[in-house]
Amino acid sequence: MAKITFITSDNETIVAEGTTGNVMELAVKNKVKGIDGDCGGVCSCATCHVHVNEAFWGAVGAPSELESDMLEFDDNVSDYSRLACQLQVNEVPDGLILKVAK
Amino acid sequence: MKKSTLSDPFKEARESKGFGEMDDQNDPVVMVLGHKDVRKCAHNWKTFQSGGDEVGRIVVPSEVHIRNTRQIPFEVDPPEHKSYRDLVEPWFKRPLEANYQAKLTQIINNVVDEALNKGTLEVVEEFALKLQSRALTLLLNIPFEESDLWISWGTHVFRSEDTALDGDKANILYDYIDAQIDKAIENPGNDLYSVLLASEINGKKLTKEEVKGVLILTFAGGRDTVINAVTNAIAYFADHPKSLQRLRDEPEILNTAIEELIRYFSPLTQMGRVVTENTHVCEHAIKAQSRISMCWASANRDERVFENANDVVLDRKVNPHVAFGFGTHNCLGATHARQIMKILLTTLAEKVGTMEIIKCKENIEDLDEFKRKVGFDSIHVTFNKL
Ligand code: HEM
Ligand code: FES
Repeated sequence: MAKITFITSDNETIVAEGTTGNVMELAVKNKVKGIDGDCGGVCSCATCHVHVNEAFWGAVGAPSELESDMLEFDDNVSDYSRLACQLQVNEVPDGLILKVAK
Repeated sequence: MKKSTLSDPFKEARESKGFGEMDDQNDPVVMVLGHKDVRKCAHNWKTFQSGGDEVGRIVVPSEVHIRNTRQIPFEVDPPEHKSYRDLVEPWFKRPLEANYQAKLTQIINNVVDEALNKGTLEVVEEFALKLQSRALTLLLNIPFEESDLWISWGTHVFRSEDTALDGDKANILYDYIDAQIDKAIENPGNDLYSVLLASEINGKKLTKEEVKGVLILTFAGGRDTVINAVTNAIAYFADHPKSLQRLRDEPEILNTAIEELIRYFSPLTQMGRVVTENTHVCEHAIKAQSRISMCWASANRDERVFENANDVVLDRKVNPHVAFGFGTHNCLGATHARQIMKILLTTLAEKVGTMEIIKCKENIEDLDEFKRKVGFDSIHVTFNKL
């Protein structure tokens, strides 16, 4: 069971818990504003862009090449950008804090 | 080669030089072929423009001579693009609503049942066109019966057999939309026409011409693309009964399967842009005022991005395809199209045991240097109940 905190662009905080699936799905289930997951999680839409809280970056890790190519052209990319659909709920650190990019 | 196979005619050009050249009514197009280059060009809307004065020029084949109405938000660049897009976006997300999906399921169930009862039918006209037209009534939020008229137009509202572009045929659609707008002005309802007519951007009501621009795009952008996606899906599962069985056994792969089929089919081959300044693509000099196109179909077979790019891998997990475009103008109808595919695949898995292709005529696009099969002009298929 991982507890994940999403902070939306209008500073709403949503705490969600999950055990399986990817982080985009968890966010959509919890109606996190700014995470749409249009492509269902195959890394082709970037509507699940998040900034990982710096303290967790080491544990979460950098994106794969295909993912970072996708992020390259997105608005608001940062050094801590990830696509939430490429993060598995059962692999991310408990207590993870993510800021929604959109 | 199986009948459902869509090969990749761009491979050699993509890997050797990265671009192709096509003449189109004496207005040549440099086709950008590699995945990375396609995304770069789509992202760079300042150099590669969609707006501009020559309405219809970014479409390949060019519609400059048959259309004066600007398609919205398609032929508008940022920052104006965003105002229009923000206005229509919520409407085009309605396919996510349960009620919409229930009605779409009903429509698709009926088309599939009809096919099973009939046994053998021609899929483009009798299945895909019907499904697409009926589904479009949901997107526009108008009575189902209106689809009868669109179905009677046949598959080629814009293209006739002998000439690539047919002005008279396009006028059928444009006159129809004019009449529907007038009707909505007299008698407003909850349909897309009325909602747009009542909308404002920066305090200014949309004009009739702007409303027409959105509607033309909704009809044109969602017709051949959806028809090709649906028809190719039937052909694919007819040729690959094990894949249909797999959808029954592993319903959890439904989403990756849809994205993969869309990648493989790439129902829209390419889309153009007008170049605003002298520049380069793949070290090839491109002059201001000329045209490029982003070839989504080629990018989607780029081996540098997709392993076994010519295979349909139903559980492909990382699939950054550009079949719905990329960046600013990415497909507004994608939510609708994805729901159609989702419900279609679910329904086929539920009801259809096997399908058999009896005979077919391929639809090959002539792109000068390349000939690309995009689907079928006609395809007769026998449907067998599960
Ligand atoms: C499988 C089906 C479809 C495919 C493969 C597809 C593909 C595309 C592509 C590649 C673009 C990008 C064009 C560009 O960059 O210039 C696009 C844009 C667009 N599509 Fe689709 N499309 C599909 C279905 C639909 C449907 C059903 C509709 C509506 C009924 C639609 C409406 C639009 C609109 C309005 C745009 C322009 C968006 C903008 O400029 O912001 N499409 N589509
Ligand atoms: S959901 Fe589309 S890229 Fe993550």
